Amino acid sequence: MRHALNLAWQVINVDHNNSHRNRSYVLKGAYLFALFVVMSIICIPGLWIVLNSFRPAVEIMAKPPIWTPSFTLDHYRALFGGAGEGGVPVLSYFRNSIIVSVVSTVIAVLIGMSGGYAFARYRFKGKTGYFVGLMLFRAVPGVALSLPLFIVLSRVGMIDTHIGLIFVYVAMNVPFTIWLTDGFFRQIPKELHEAAEIDGCTRWQAFWQVEFPVARSGVASAAIFAFLTSWNEFALASQLTRSVDSKTMPVGLLDFTAEFTINWGGMCALAVLMIIPALVLTFLVQKHLIAGLTFGGVKG
Amino acid sequence: MANRLPSWLLLLLPAILVIAAVVLIPLIFSLYSSFTAYKLTRPDTLWQWIGTLNYEKILTDTKFWTAFARTIFFITIVLNLELLLGLGIALLVNKVTWGQRGLRTLLMFPMMFSPILVGFQFKFMFNDNIGLVNNVLQSTGISDAALPWLVDAKLAMFSIMVAEIWMSTSVFAILILAGLFAIPRDPLEAAAVDGCTPFQSFKHITLPFLMPFIWIAMTIRSLDVARAYDIVQIMTGGGPANRTELLWTLMSRTGYVDARMGLANAMGYVSIFLSIIFTIYFFRKLSASRAQLGMAGN
Repeated sequence: MRHALNLAWQVINVDHNNSHRNRSYVLKGAYLFALFVVMSIICIPGLWIVLNSFRPAVEIMAKPPIWTPSFTLDHYRALFGGAGEGGVPVLSYFRNSIIVSVVSTVIAVLIGMSGGYAFARYRFKGKTGYFVGLMLFRAVPGVALSLPLFIVLSRVGMIDTHIGLIFVYVAMNVPFTIWLTDGFFRQIPKELHEAAEIDGCTRWQAFWQVEFPVARSGVASAAIFAFLTSWNEFALASQLTRSVDSKTMPVGLLDFTAEFTINWGGMCALAVLMIIPALVLTFLVQKHLIAGLTFGGVKG
Repeated sequence: MANRLPSWLLLLLPAILVIAAVVLIPLIFSLYSSFTAYKLTRPDTLWQWIGTLNYEKILTDTKFWTAFARTIFFITIVLNLELLLGLGIALLVNKVTWGQRGLRTLLMFPMMFSPILVGFQFKFMFNDNIGLVNNVLQSTGISDAALPWLVDAKLAMFSIMVAEIWMSTSVFAILILAGLFAIPRDPLEAAAVDGCTPFQSFKHITLPFLMPFIWIAMTIRSLDVARAYDIVQIMTGGGPANRTELLWTLMSRTGYVDARMGLANAMGYVSIFLSIIFTIYFFRKLSASRAQLGMAGN
């Protein structure tokens, strides 16, 4: 094969370094192949879920496997069809997820922004200490936290409520939001708000009218990160929610499992429902997200 | 009164308050209860002080130590493989001249999957009867019999690691890619002129520049390494016969299934310290590598 390629090249152009060029073509091919394999491995598990959400249950369970594709919307119909035939109250879960994620994100971003601003703009004693301390609270594993939180929240009657879960997610997201927004505020030259204050703005006005618009993309990426964390969280939600009133979608996924069987088709359909908002948001924010993480980390 | 507080404290106060309420108070409570014989089913046991008995029980429990060792083993293998694969992927994507933005977005997708979803996804794919992996292996004739991916202890651990690596390698790939974009061109060109091999310039120029980015990724990963709990819980539930039990699943089983909250909280503290040690270690590495490159901003 290689020899033939060589010959072909010799015929096409009589270049003294054509063997070098030949080698670089082989390298290029190998490189593209490697890229293709890597990207397939990244994509296939996700795609497999999407594909299976459109396959009839018989085909998913078929042995030997059926490779020819077919299409059905049964799983989605069952998903939205309400409580018939062991149906899962998906719409309630979806609503709970949206409420909890959106509200906790808004609060976390407001609190995190004010904290990030404090770290970026003020000098005070023990700053690094405070910063690392805050981050360490993020390192507490959700499972470890869920045991005491469960007891504390049930004492104050906040188990199985939106408010309880929102509270928890705000606290979970604040440290990371501070990290991200701190990095972005640091990027803005101090002169900007100083000039605004000379022009007669208060510090508060200067912040909202001058600094916030500049850092807006960073704040947006922090918000999306916070949203996704709440949207995807399971370890805490599975203990702190009990009923349709507050169960979120990650917890709802468990409804498709029975003692010995799993309704794969239905689960895949719900999974697709969970993934879509996450993918759209990721696509919108990806550029800022990277900038936020690396500025916050490298130049901090 | 409020005016006497310095403004930085005023700005930080909401963050401190909410974290104190949701994280600190429960943690103090769990620290207390780890010294009691607290059982969920008998609330009065909360006042039964037993000193360090829970901790002693843990320290002499082989089940705990196996889970602990397995967790360390898991974290070490997974983080190192993620770093290597992430570096490889970043270098591959960095060379792409067309459609790089699209590839980068694709790379981020696994990051956005809920860990529990990743767990189910791989439980599905590794299912010995109807899973994609076995179907492909058998259809192509690589393997005659269905491999018991989630039933055999070693294969189950392997499957869990695959799921974890699939989910989190992107963190490394994305951040290292950002690092590759930020590398100044001059030193690389100078090295090429001076006759460095590509490997030499990678080792002596590219890699040192990438180190801060690698440590950021490590720090971020160490913050939520416990998300592996979701995956393990779904894929094997710690089984078969506790062979994939990690610290986190053991803890939740002790707390919720056996209802021995005091004991579980003692385990919780061990796992919290484990996470904190990892985070501090990587954070210090990050500061050191920044200082080395003269990037320190504070």
